[in-house]
Amino acid sequence: MIGPVAGTFLGIHAAYWNEAVLKLVLGFALALTGAGTFVYVYLFKMVSHLQSRLGPMEAGPHGSLQLFAEVLKFLQKEDVFPAKADRLVFGAAPFVVIMSTLLIYVVIPVGPRGVASNLDIGILYALAVSSISVIGVLMAGWASANKYSLMGGLRAAGQLIAYELPLVLAVVGVVMQAGSLNLQRIVAGQANFKLFGFQGLGLYAIPQFVGFLIFLIAAQAELTQTPFDMPIAESELVAGYMTEYTGLRFLVFFIGEFATAFALAALGAVLFLGGWWLPGMGAHWGSAAWSREVVGTAVLFAKVMLLGFVIFWVRFTLPRFREDQLQKFAWKFLIPLALANILVTGIAKVVASA
Amino acid sequence: MAPEADAAGSTATDEQAVGESPPPSPRHREIVEVLGRELGEGLLGHHYSARDAWVRVSPASWRQAGLVCRDVLGLAYLSFVSAIDWKQAPDLGGQKRWDPEAEPTEEPADGPGRWTTGVAGGGTRFQVFARLYDVVGHVGLTLKVDAGDGPDGEGGAAPRAESWVPLFRGADWHERETWEMYGVEFEGHPGLRHLYLPGQFEGFPLRKDFPLLAREVKPWPGLVNVEGLPGEDEPEEPEGSGA
Amino acid sequence: MTATESQQRAYIAGQAAEARVNFALETEGMTLNVGPQHPATHGTLRIVVRLDGEQVVWADPIPGYMHRGYEKLCEVRDYAQVTTLINRIDWLGSFCNEVPFVLAAEELMGIEAPPRAQYIRTVLFEMGRIANLTLFLGDMAAQVGALTPVFYAFRDREYVLNLIESVTGGRFHPNFDRIGGLKDDLPKGWIDETTQVMRRIGEFCDEIDDLLIGNRIFEERCRGIGVVPRDVALEYGLSGANARASGIDWDLRRDEDSPLAWNHADWKVWTHPDGDSFARYWVRQQEVREASKIVGQLLDDLPSGPIRAKTPARIRIPRGETWMHAENPLGEMGYYVVSDGSPGGPFRCKIRTPSFSNVSIVPWLLRGVYVPDVITILASLYFILGDIDR
Repeated sequence: MIGPVAGTFLGIHAAYWNEAVLKLVLGFALALTGAGTFVYVYLFKMVSHLQSRLGPMEAGPHGSLQLFAEVLKFLQKEDVFPAKADRLVFGAAPFVVIMSTLLIYVVIPVGPRGVASNLDIGILYALAVSSISVIGVLMAGWASANKYSLMGGLRAAGQLIAYELPLVLAVVGVVMQAGSLNLQRIVAGQANFKLFGFQGLGLYAIPQFVGFLIFLIAAQAELTQTPFDMPIAESELVAGYMTEYTGLRFLVFFIGEFATAFALAALGAVLFLGGWWLPGMGAHWGSAAWSREVVGTAVLFAKVMLLGFVIFWVRFTLPRFREDQLQKFAWKFLIPLALANILVTGIAKVVASA
Repeated sequence: MAPEADAAGSTATDEQAVGESPPPSPRHREIVEVLGRELGEGLLGHHYSARDAWVRVSPASWRQAGLVCRDVLGLAYLSFVSAIDWKQAPDLGGQKRWDPEAEPTEEPADGPGRWTTGVAGGGTRFQVFARLYDVVGHVGLTLKVDAGDGPDGEGGAAPRAESWVPLFRGADWHERETWEMYGVEFEGHPGLRHLYLPGQFEGFPLRKDFPLLAREVKPWPGLVNVEGLPGEDEPEEPEGSGA
Repeated sequence: MTATESQQRAYIAGQAAEARVNFALETEGMTLNVGPQHPATHGTLRIVVRLDGEQVVWADPIPGYMHRGYEKLCEVRDYAQVTTLINRIDWLGSFCNEVPFVLAAEELMGIEAPPRAQYIRTVLFEMGRIANLTLFLGDMAAQVGALTPVFYAFRDREYVLNLIESVTGGRFHPNFDRIGGLKDDLPKGWIDETTQVMRRIGEFCDEIDDLLIGNRIFEERCRGIGVVPRDVALEYGLSGANARASGIDWDLRRDEDSPLAWNHADWKVWTHPDGDSFARYWVRQQEVREASKIVGQLLDDLPSGPIRAKTPARIRIPRGETWMHAENPLGEMGYYVVSDGSPGGPFRCKIRTPSFSNVSIVPWLLRGVYVPDVITILASLYFILGDIDR
């Protein structure tokens, strides 16, 4: 049986501040590595192969160093402020967005003891904090002093708020099944989950398939990816709320977008696909701590890449919804479906425990 | 096979004389007959070629002709409305014909009031013409009207014609372009303003007396050797440039 | 006469009288410039749009950023030199621009090109149509948000452009038509390659069927958007696929006695009754298929013979006027050529371009439309700047 795990971070006994610094560094590393991997594997390579071309091949073998080249390029660009822009708001907007993203990484568990802060309100905190990015987007859209950016920002705000609800409601089913908001307990719940008497399937995606689907769709919308990329509709508004940004600030937006993608995919993996847990990891609980952390991280990473593949595959295949169609889809279809899912889950839980 | 060679080009403004080509199809003849019936005095001339028909109407019945074509004859598709300036362009220092061995043209037959015009006749320097088509019967018609002599006429009034915008909404842009390029004022047009040219542009470019500056600055064949070959100092002067 | 703000507003107000948005009572709207630099307009077209929220109150296209003065330039050039110029009107399917002019000149001179030249002209014409319309199929998908079909379109278009280059020497501006025929004959092995490529184009159309025509989101974005009723289409002079998408059964290749070889092949004209953006996309997709079929059939029984009729060394066209039009990929393109009998070029060459009429309907069509639909409508009307501006 796998019980709830608590205790020190990665099995390391350290003073509070040392541990905090370690968590900070590793958290940043995870976020940046995750974003970078997503960018390279999916944005550079997968989409290119989908579109029957090769993608960047020059920088490093098969373009693997393209990422560093891009980062360097952005860093050395001139910092441009539009003349009529509100300097403070304009400058702060990208950092608000990336702050909200990085805060999600606080609760993502990469192993039995690999979580920066094992909050008891884990998933609630993660979803709440991810909504702060709406403020950043609105700040960017307004402060750019550009009509296109403003339109992009308004569209984005409407869309992000509309799709928060399906995201949250989809998660409620999982929470009901696991009986806790704590992400480590949700992983444990999946590990102990018995489906028709079989233990070891470890996925809430099977009973909660409706919720999983809604979560993926809502995550796509939260990331403003096609088919929900009206705010950045490249052929209409040029780049939407990001139009006026160059250099470091644009890089921050860009990294924020992919870090959010990684974070939401990680949340999806934890909630629905079993997180860092694989069947067979239960028997040696409590011993060989390091190996379990490393394996857990690798497992989580693989599951996140799988979800990322789905997200980006859909992104480059489907055309985009119009704003009102998008809102209709969220309010009239996804939310009732999510509510029905909660109802069915509740009934099933009552019946099962009876 | 150049059937227009003798019939066209005369300065006559009357109906075509004996020796004109037959109508290419019964439909074409019917079109001209109906127009003659509806417009009466307004139909000033017509012409047939091996596969096409032209009519020329009087300025007062230009819009009426369009109405008849659209409603009675089924020529509901507006292809275009434009204008022709029949004045001969001034010799741009002999550059209009780049071949120095060609024979010189005859003296232009125009002078104030007398212009060499095209098929179906006409007597003014500017003519407005339009093309209509019947998408069901697959037959088309070119209509022409005299618009006036412009700055070469008495008083130098602008050439004018009635606007077809009440009949064909698409004529809006065509008439704007014709006004912009020729200066033809269309009566009844909702708002003649520049279509292609910038707002402060002066002059009417497609008129024959509007100079083509490129040809005056850089006569044909232009600057042939911009850079000398290695070892030479100066670019060569192009030969044969200039009269 | 400058266009003052009040003049413009008065003009637009007259048009907005039937608009679904009440022009006089508009709330504080926003005037937006779509272009001249914008990914959605194919070139430098500027559309001044006044928005009320996300709805368009009025729209005013301002062309002319690419106006090159072709009609004036044609008057100072020889007939042979004019073909170099008019290649560049519709630069995507550019062989098609030369053909009506050359046919007009031939008619005025009384020359007929030999049958082999007419067949090859038709084949190149249809290949220009394929090059043009495959780009449309990919491009409209990109405007609507599907970022991938563009690449497939460009990849398959490359094959066609390579073929055109191997015959004419130019991918985009072939300049291959001559009065009396063509410049050169076909290279060896070209016919076999072309038949293979045409099969590939047919497969590309099937890919588009799977990716887009059957896609629910694409249908939602395009059905019912930008409906042009039949009589309005005729008034504004919409031609080609735009007219056929509004239910007008009209194709100049079938309906006119052209010297070109279209009636020697077995192909179909597709119309669609709806008149919306989806219909325009669908009709063009069918047209690409039919074009590939035409090319295959014509190349199967290509007559042998000379490639060019005997023409005098110096082309001198007798006095006369003629109007010659053809079914270009964008619509009905025509030349009204007036010759005054002197050696040299045309006396007057009126170039009737299809995109001019296609864009003239934009003020009428865009009233009351949402901003994303503006992009869909512009993409589906399909204009090329060189065609509008000449």
